[in-house]
Amino acid sequence: MADIFTRMGNLDRRIIFILIALAVIIPILTDLIIPNIVGAEPSRDLFEFVDALPPGSNVILSFDYDPSTMPELQPMAEAVVRHLFLKDHRIIGMALWPQGAALGQDAMSSLSDSLGKEQYLDWVNLGYKTGGGVMIVRLGTSMRAIFPTDRDNVPWSEIPMLQGINSLDDIQLVISLSAGDPGIIAWVMMAGDRYDIPIGGGCTAVSAPQLYTYLQTEQMVGLLGGLKGAADYETLVGIENGEAIRGMSPQSVAHIAIMLFIIIGNIAYFTQKRKGGAR
Amino acid sequence: MRLIIPLAITFTSGMIMILNFFIPHQPFALLGENLQEWYMIVASGAIFLGSANLLHVHFRKTRLKLKNWKYSPVTIVGFLVMIVLGLIYGVTENLPFDYLFMNMVAPMGATMFSLLAFFVASAAFRAFRASNWRATLLLTSAFLVMLGQVPIGAMIWDKIPLAKVWLMAIPNTAGQRAVMIGAAMGVVATSLRMIFGIERSYLGGAD
Repeated sequence: MADIFTRMGNLDRRIIFILIALAVIIPILTDLIIPNIVGAEPSRDLFEFVDALPPGSNVILSFDYDPSTMPELQPMAEAVVRHLFLKDHRIIGMALWPQGAALGQDAMSSLSDSLGKEQYLDWVNLGYKTGGGVMIVRLGTSMRAIFPTDRDNVPWSEIPMLQGINSLDDIQLVISLSAGDPGIIAWVMMAGDRYDIPIGGGCTAVSAPQLYTYLQTEQMVGLLGGLKGAADYETLVGIENGEAIRGMSPQSVAHIAIMLFIIIGNIAYFTQKRKGGAR
Repeated sequence: MRLIIPLAITFTSGMIMILNFFIPHQPFALLGENLQEWYMIVASGAIFLGSANLLHVHFRKTRLKLKNWKYSPVTIVGFLVMIVLGLIYGVTENLPFDYLFMNMVAPMGATMFSLLAFFVASAAFRAFRASNWRATLLLTSAFLVMLGQVPIGAMIWDKIPLAKVWLMAIPNTAGQRAVMIGAAMGVVATSLRMIFGIERSYLGGAD
């Protein structure tokens, strides 16, 4: 028995790769759905804050990510956009990351038609602008100076929903979907702390621990952490079998598989240690 | 002069931004806004510099047939195709640039990041050992967070998600905050050293 564990401790990593692949593929192919329960998570706080905003609020949705983190953040973007549209808020999309603008456009335009929303009346994509935190500070004094046109070169003055919006003072909420820097932290420091704008956010699971500090100090109104955060938001919005909810099953099985590997690795370690071979 | 001019620019810009923060009135407000716009223009210029550097590196690699040079022509062709399509059609939805971005760049980018799962599993298997009480504590926390981060955790025991939230909100936040405050103090100290010309390594020389 001890030999089995010792041999398992030296498992070829290609076998681990195959088993992880199977742990992901099988739940997808079998349409395994594990019901997602939303507890007292920061995702609920963000949902409730958006829900409580008066209809017609101006919300900046900043797409601060790129395709590499799309599997976690794009379902979030779609769920948040859907919620904002359902509550009749106006979405001002922008991006601190170059490739985020196209992903944001995809999220907003794909839902706009089905929910009866119109570009330039209910939503606009201002596109990418370089500068990160410095750009956000400048938005605090003049948004038009930073974005004289939208992503498709339509002048600010010709976009009906932007008339009456001058600076961050006219924004009721900023939601940054962020994969790193610049992202949520820049929005918290420059827009939240300096101009007192409520900040919500979504991030990859790996960067969520860092952002919990801003939740406790109420510098953020809520946070969607990783695919679970996206699944929570989909559940709260009422999206049935959303992309993130479906993603929870393979992720559950993969987490269990990784934990089993760790347990096996530890049994092998202690077996070898007992024999005096472990380092 | 080669040293004095950059130091003077850094000092003046830094002081204007500090004064702009504490005295948001004229003339500091206007000066601050101008500097912010200049920063964005310079940062935009850096994108062109990066693009030129990318082409230079990969043309050189291809010409000299350095290690893995065969991937460089692919990079160059992909880069030029996207630039040409972007210049001709713009970034408007459903036009060629956007089509290639959404159907090639996006899936390939997502695939690269997804590979991480395999390496994380392999690394965890080999390195995550309960070799002492601190490592055991870390391992237990990791298990609780991993289970709390997926719905199966609540199915196993409904207190697991609560344990995850507690771990993230209390011990994790305490550690993160300490790190962040330390880093922030370091940023302030370094910024002041740069503004006052004590820290000069950013100029590229040792002195």
